Amino acid sequence: MAEYDVTGETHKEQESPAKVVQEKKDPLQEDHRSKQFADLDRVIGRYSRERGQLIRILQKAQEIFGYLPEEVQAYIAEKIDIPVSEVNGVVTFYSLFATEPKGKYTLNICMGTACYVKGAQTLMNALKEELKIDEGETTPDGVFTIKSTRCVGACGLAPILVANEDVHGKISPGEIKKIIQTCRKGESVDNKKH
Amino acid sequence: MNNMSELRAKCKERYEKKLSRPRVVVGLGTCGIASGGDRVMKAIKEEVAAKGLDVDIDFTSCIGMCYREPMVEVAIPGMPSVVYGDIYPDKVPQLLESHVVNKTPVYEWAAIQIPGDATPLEGIDIMEKAPYYEKQVRSVTSRLGRTNPESIEEYIATGGYEAIEKCLKMERQAIIDEIKKSGLRGRGGGGFPTGNKWQFVYNTPGEKKYAVCNADEGDPGAFMDRSVLEGDPHAVMEGMMIAGLAIGADEGYIYCRAEYPLAIRRLNLAIAEAEKHGLLGDNILGSNFSFRIKIKAGAGAFVCGEETALLNSIEGQRGMPRVRPPFPAVKGLWGKPTCLNNVETYANVPNIIRNGADWFAQMGTDKSKGSKVFCLTGKINNTGLAEVPMGITLREIIFNIAGGIQDNKKFKAVQSGGPSGGCIPAEHLDTPIDYDSLAAIGSIMGSGGLVVMDETTCMVDVAKFFLNFTQLESCGKCTPCREGTKRMLELLQKICDGEGELEDIDTLERLAKVIKNSALCGLGQTCPNPILTTLRYFRNEYEAHIVDKRCPAGVCAALLVYVIDAEKCTGCGACLRACPSGAITGEKKQPHSIDVAKCIKCGACITRCKFDAIKKA
Ligand SMILES: Cc1cc2nc3c(=O)[nH]c(=O)nc-3n(C[C@H](O)[C@H](O)[C@H](O)COP(=O)(O)O)c2cc1C
Ligand code: FES
Repeated sequence: MAEYDVTGETHKEQESPAKVVQEKKDPLQEDHRSKQFADLDRVIGRYSRERGQLIRILQKAQEIFGYLPEEVQAYIAEKIDIPVSEVNGVVTFYSLFATEPKGKYTLNICMGTACYVKGAQTLMNALKEELKIDEGETTPDGVFTIKSTRCVGACGLAPILVANEDVHGKISPGEIKKIIQTCRKGESVDNKKH
Repeated sequence: MNNMSELRAKCKERYEKKLSRPRVVVGLGTCGIASGGDRVMKAIKEEVAAKGLDVDIDFTSCIGMCYREPMVEVAIPGMPSVVYGDIYPDKVPQLLESHVVNKTPVYEWAAIQIPGDATPLEGIDIMEKAPYYEKQVRSVTSRLGRTNPESIEEYIATGGYEAIEKCLKMERQAIIDEIKKSGLRGRGGGGFPTGNKWQFVYNTPGEKKYAVCNADEGDPGAFMDRSVLEGDPHAVMEGMMIAGLAIGADEGYIYCRAEYPLAIRRLNLAIAEAEKHGLLGDNILGSNFSFRIKIKAGAGAFVCGEETALLNSIEGQRGMPRVRPPFPAVKGLWGKPTCLNNVETYANVPNIIRNGADWFAQMGTDKSKGSKVFCLTGKINNTGLAEVPMGITLREIIFNIAGGIQDNKKFKAVQSGGPSGGCIPAEHLDTPIDYDSLAAIGSIMGSGGLVVMDETTCMVDVAKFFLNFTQLESCGKCTPCREGTKRMLELLQKICDGEGELEDIDTLERLAKVIKNSALCGLGQTCPNPILTTLRYFRNEYEAHIVDKRCPAGVCAALLVYVIDAEKCTGCGACLRACPSGAITGEKKQPHSIDVAKCIKCGACITRCKFDAIKKA
């Protein structure tokens, strides 16, 4: 699908569990889905009057759906009357747009220069080993996704791990295990020292 | 404009009242929060409530000493205020009991003191004289870590919006002349004279013009713009307003990267507050000048920091650079004349107007005036933010301010300018920091990130790291950059894998030259710099990889063998269990060994070994 993707991620064809769940015709799920589209309609209504708002609409859509499946891209294209190819071009250009569903917790290792120099690659290896998945993949139970992120500007505390939105500084491979354990217990990640 | 003097008087009165009360202030910038500042805040609130202490609780932004976060300031009227470092929630009860209740500072936790009018305390460094701050100036960063960034009142009480008030009484050309006279050059990396840029936009005829702020800060390892936005958002906005007034724009955009949610939140708040006080909107301060600011969040693409790509992104398209000329000053946002400056550039403007061009120009060197904010990161003792006068040497920054190299290791290189910059070796540590001197040694000033590397960093690997970055971030519009970065990355990978040949170095150099001269935008034109500088200063490392099949720093996995030190190995078996390829053998309680043929060099054994017995050689 992606002709050119700056993130360099390969789009895996394999169905992830989150997607499978969504596609079962469960009435509750159906309800949820139509609510999501109603929210999207509101967003489009609000922003499409101003020019240059495609990126913002996509950001809001990603907040609603968690990612931007083709169905949603096509829906937006039709509503604001531009070609799907243009929407898809924008989606695949920017690294923050995801076309695959993510796990409950996305663990991002910062791969900026400061973090790299302070051993981000070792952290990434440890994380991959711990969860037995590769970068960009989601664990079979749909709980964790591993990603690398661009610099988040906390370079003074490198190396950095971002668990969903929470930024954690001075991370060691040992702490990664603790973070995974707290996530598994469904608690908010709170490994910060002491 | 009477109401402004009234407002200012009211703000000052409230600010002074606040300072006259006992206060505990937590540093809540991104760094502070990432090291647990929010939990410290919670602990303080709970402790103050539980003990019923008579003390105000406040927060501020980043004072610059990231390496001491989370930081907490305790200010008791009549005493110097003390900023403490590494304050985790478990230290809160003792800190409050000692300093707030008993008025006795906890000396061993103190980082610096700010005496104000009080007699300084013995045994705590005074901020201006502390090793970290001694060589610094605080101009753009003056409010960082000192005021509450979410309060417009504190901005106004500390001289904020005086500059726009002054400018409203000036001729537009006089404002531009003042900026020209100051010698301010763009802080986004290129160093273009700001006054001249404003003049171009001023001279371009047009009913509608824009002032745009570049807050994309794509250079990894740099966070000056984030710190300024989080710590002093109104200063950036005031700078934009002054630019708007001077060039004749009534609308401004701040393009901020989405990775900075806190900066975006504080900017939104600042805009709402300024609008409420009539400092943004129609007829500002009763004049006929109207100005509005909107925020656009990026979506993650390095090339969007390039000015024309940024404009495309604001327009909602893919962030691909446009061919220049026409420059944005002539044809910018939606085809209208646009003045585009960096966050720090704008943040300098109010100070220049308030204190005069001469005040600014007396700092720095002949061709690079004023001060510059740098981010000190990598293998140094003191990581953080430092504002220094231009012309200071790299050695002073790294060995005085940043406190030298961690773990007593040897300095190898400092990287400035990010993916467009270069690696500077020890022999050039006495280079003064200014646009031209850094360019002369093959690097660039860039936006201000300084990443320090030590003897354990492999320079070929670093070059590969940057090429991997630029290759992923290349937008693909022009062939030299799209294909060239890929080819160069392949060659570097080959060398790191131990399959390099000496001709590869020549090919790299040739490719680098071609790409430099033919790429469409700055991304492509500068992406060979990390390769060229490492080849220039660390050629021997390339040759070691190619000829001796050895990585001197012990980084490139393919060129290493893992060995177990029989003296240190206790035979615990942790490595054996961790090894995914069954390369480790050994009896319990006997030294183990690694079969080099089976080893895939993943490093799992090293992370598991508690006895430091496994070495890469
Ligand atoms: C690939 C590339 C990335 C850039 N990234 C940034 C950036 O993140 N922030 C920035 O202010 N300028 C960046 N620039 C420089 C801008 O194009 C532009 O020169 C600058 O924002 C102008 O502002 P100034 O004159 O105030 O520095 C980048 C340039 C290139 C070629
Ligand atoms: S390099 Fe990792 S936060 Fe900046």
